[in-house]
Amino acid sequence: MKIGVVTFPGSLDDADARRAAAVAGAEAVALWHGDADLHGVDAVVLPGGFSYGDYLRAGAISRFAPVMETIIKKAGEGLPVLGICNGFQVLCESHLLPGALIKNHHRKFICKDQPLRIENNRTAWTSDYDANHEITIVLKNQDGSYVADEATLDRLEGEGRVVARYLDENPNGSYRDIAGITNERGNVVGLMPHPEHCVETLTGPTTDGLGFFTSVLKAVVAS
Amino acid sequence: MSPQSHADTVSNANSTPDVEQPWAELGLKPDEYQRIRDILGRRPTSCELAMYSVMWSEHCSYKSSKVHLKRFGEIPQETPAGKMLAGIGENAGVIDIGEGYAVTFKVESHNHPSYVEPYQGAATGVGGIVRDIIAMGARPVAVMDPLRFGPLDAPDTKRVLPGIVSGVGGYGNSLGLPNIGGEVVFDPTYLGNPLVNALCIGVMRHEDLHLANATGVGNQMILYGAKTGGDGIGGVSVLASETFAEGGPTKRPAVQVGDPFMEKLLIECTLELFAANVVEGIQDLGGGGLSCATSELASAGDGGMRVSLDKVPLRDASLSPEEILMSESQERMMACVTPENVEAFLKICAKWDVQADVIGEVTDTGRLEIDWHGERVVDVLPETVAHEGPVYHRPYARPDWQDALQADGAEKLPRASSGAELRDTLLRLVASPNLCDKSWVTDQYDRYVLGNSVLSQPEDSGMIRVDETSGLGVAVSTDCNGRFAKLDPYTGAKLALAESYRNVATTGARPAAVTDCLNFGSPEDAGVMWQFTEAIRGLVDGCIELGIPVTGGNVSFYNQTGETPILPTPVIGVLGVIDDVTRRTPIGFTAEMEGHQLYLLGETEEELSGSEWANVIHGHLGGRPPAVDLEAEKQLADILINASRDGLIDAAHDVSDGGVAQTLVESALRGGVGARVWAPDGLDPFLFLFAESAGRAVVAVPRTEEVRFTDMCTARRFPHAKIGVITGDTLDVQDQFEIPLTELRTAWTATLPSVLN
Repeated sequence: MKIGVVTFPGSLDDADARRAAAVAGAEAVALWHGDADLHGVDAVVLPGGFSYGDYLRAGAISRFAPVMETIIKKAGEGLPVLGICNGFQVLCESHLLPGALIKNHHRKFICKDQPLRIENNRTAWTSDYDANHEITIVLKNQDGSYVADEATLDRLEGEGRVVARYLDENPNGSYRDIAGITNERGNVVGLMPHPEHCVETLTGPTTDGLGFFTSVLKAVVAS
Repeated sequence: MSPQSHADTVSNANSTPDVEQPWAELGLKPDEYQRIRDILGRRPTSCELAMYSVMWSEHCSYKSSKVHLKRFGEIPQETPAGKMLAGIGENAGVIDIGEGYAVTFKVESHNHPSYVEPYQGAATGVGGIVRDIIAMGARPVAVMDPLRFGPLDAPDTKRVLPGIVSGVGGYGNSLGLPNIGGEVVFDPTYLGNPLVNALCIGVMRHEDLHLANATGVGNQMILYGAKTGGDGIGGVSVLASETFAEGGPTKRPAVQVGDPFMEKLLIECTLELFAANVVEGIQDLGGGGLSCATSELASAGDGGMRVSLDKVPLRDASLSPEEILMSESQERMMACVTPENVEAFLKICAKWDVQADVIGEVTDTGRLEIDWHGERVVDVLPETVAHEGPVYHRPYARPDWQDALQADGAEKLPRASSGAELRDTLLRLVASPNLCDKSWVTDQYDRYVLGNSVLSQPEDSGMIRVDETSGLGVAVSTDCNGRFAKLDPYTGAKLALAESYRNVATTGARPAAVTDCLNFGSPEDAGVMWQFTEAIRGLVDGCIELGIPVTGGNVSFYNQTGETPILPTPVIGVLGVIDDVTRRTPIGFTAEMEGHQLYLLGETEEELSGSEWANVIHGHLGGRPPAVDLEAEKQLADILINASRDGLIDAAHDVSDGGVAQTLVESALRGGVGARVWAPDGLDPFLFLFAESAGRAVVAVPRTEEVRFTDMCTARRFPHAKIGVITGDTLDVQDQFEIPLTELRTAWTATLPSVLN
């Protein structure tokens, strides 16, 4: 069982995502943005960071990396893909997920321990959580405010595709407190907060993030 | 007309000895210019003048501080953790921490640029110190930023603080480096002189250590990273060495502009170059740009160096050779590479989309020769540029106001006595700018990235896991109380060292080495120079007593407005080593600690001068700072480290600014559980709460370990007194007052947002 983690120029949480995959029991595989080969991985994580320095727009340039062509194609065939923070931005820029992420409404970078509610535990990445499971994981971003038009938001809500929602104070101005969404098939998930930083109590506020990685192991075995 | 036709060549300099040169505008004094002429036996070319002026500036040459900094060599160069592998003079000091690992760390100032252009000044301060660390061969693993500002409510503070914080965060976050500590301090003397000190910690295997030199005739000099532009030209000589004159021309163009994305590529690229073993010597380009890198690399090597300046890739094609030599464009490095490794070197750079160009080679002439389109524009002995700058023995004298200041102690000021008055005093103190919650600042920094942050602000020190298997880690704290240093710079420097040392030990790590950032006013002021020499003396004596060496650091002079210098601010960073980070001691009182006994370690004296109480309640600064007893600090550190290792304590927090009251408030709010406390026998409740005697910490001891813990203190004859128990949701000072944690939290957290949002 292999989880691939893509490194773009400017990726920052790639080593953390690999560690989290390993803690969950997977073999973590480093994937390079310039290499279109996925090296036989069973799932892919697009990690956080500032790929290409967020030039143009966050995620806008990474979307054109050779590795993304393969990922977009395989995602259409059901490959589990999790985009975290900058990875979520890349998924939106790639049109694997609807909407966009814009600058936090308070204009500042924010790093905090953020309570969330898992609202869809049927995706490839969330099946290990209970329905409406409340978790606290790390949030850290500059461009974390999820936006989409009303029709899209209504459709996401109607189809149960809001994966996670912020609890307590909305930290970045995201519409309808949305922290994460999924595609229709449930194999592609974009999440603004960072579950990979919550897999061991020594270095993270909780271990609440581990479920994303254990979920995908089960999803891959089940398929 | 092309720019090269203007070049002032060496032969031109020989034939036109009487040309007027702008040495004064470049910051050189008349005797310094004459010395350059004497060294060369002719007038310098304009390129040589540019190089000397940059390298002989205060910032690069340490000309006012050099004679005093030599004293750091008196400290034994061994650390309690292991050998020093590189010391002062290298890009950063390196110490052996065991298991084959070495750690490098250093703090530097970027004060003046951050006043002119807060965001870019602070951002490039982070960028510069990070490049110092990668130049040693280490992977940067964390940063910390001690920051100091004018009064919180001053209009200029509202200009510089958000920009500086955003710049520190914007750059460090984009590099993927956790920011795990630092300070935020306010004092009127920093108005117009904000202090932006940036510290970086790096980790490497012993065999990866690289030093900055260019050796081996025929080896190629490769410049890689960002292209060279017009930013930061003369930043060093223009900005760092003089105070800002009223009504002078704007100096904004002299501040560099940072690109953290390029720096992130530079980090990964450089580490891959080291791993591929294709680098002989390396240096980052910081203050002094190419002037500094070429002259320092060449003088540290065994031969000479020839450089073709026209091969430097430019962002702005109109730059003159003088400007190229002086440019402080960020995110550049220079490496010495053997001819057979050049191709592999360039290939790795291409992988990371990093531009790299061979611009010169090592020669056997012993000279630094620089050409511009085939014409020689520089021909010097590199050491005359890099190391043989002027050395000043600046006059220093104890200021005549020092006696009166020390006579005016705060111990005579009116104090709160009733419970209600004590309660009111505590609430005012916790809400004051220096003691309040700093998360408005620190929440703009990523403290989690890399996944090895075991402790980060507001813990006593930041702690990073170095090895995931063994749990080996390092802890770093930075501290300085400038008010204490103003009252007595010798004792103040020792107190800063003691506090930083104590903060590291409080988390369970054994202090091993020191870096310092010595921020002072003008060295041309004899009083300031006395403060500086006293602080060095204190630091040297203190390090000898504690048995830890200074591995590197930085001096920043000219931090003053008109005749008013900043508080003498020797910021001290102490690095400690912990064998197993799972044994770290946090500060917070958590639910699992309900019922734990609280002990105050160390003696509390009637020491209020320079305290936050005197500052906040009376706006007073006078008297003598608290006494410092480094032997007692060592004993306290031993107790804290052993107690951590043996599981005798579950929380510990040092006592410093604001006294025991502040310590208890921070621990209670951090963990969310309160405490019932009392003053130990014979100690006045006011002094118990607010005195700032050094050498103290509050620890939380499980009832099951109480006997073992107190036996250990007794055996060491170290003062310890039970002062309470962790319980409830209030801070209850028995027979005096009780404050709900919700009320404390509101008071503590409201201050910065209310002014800065």
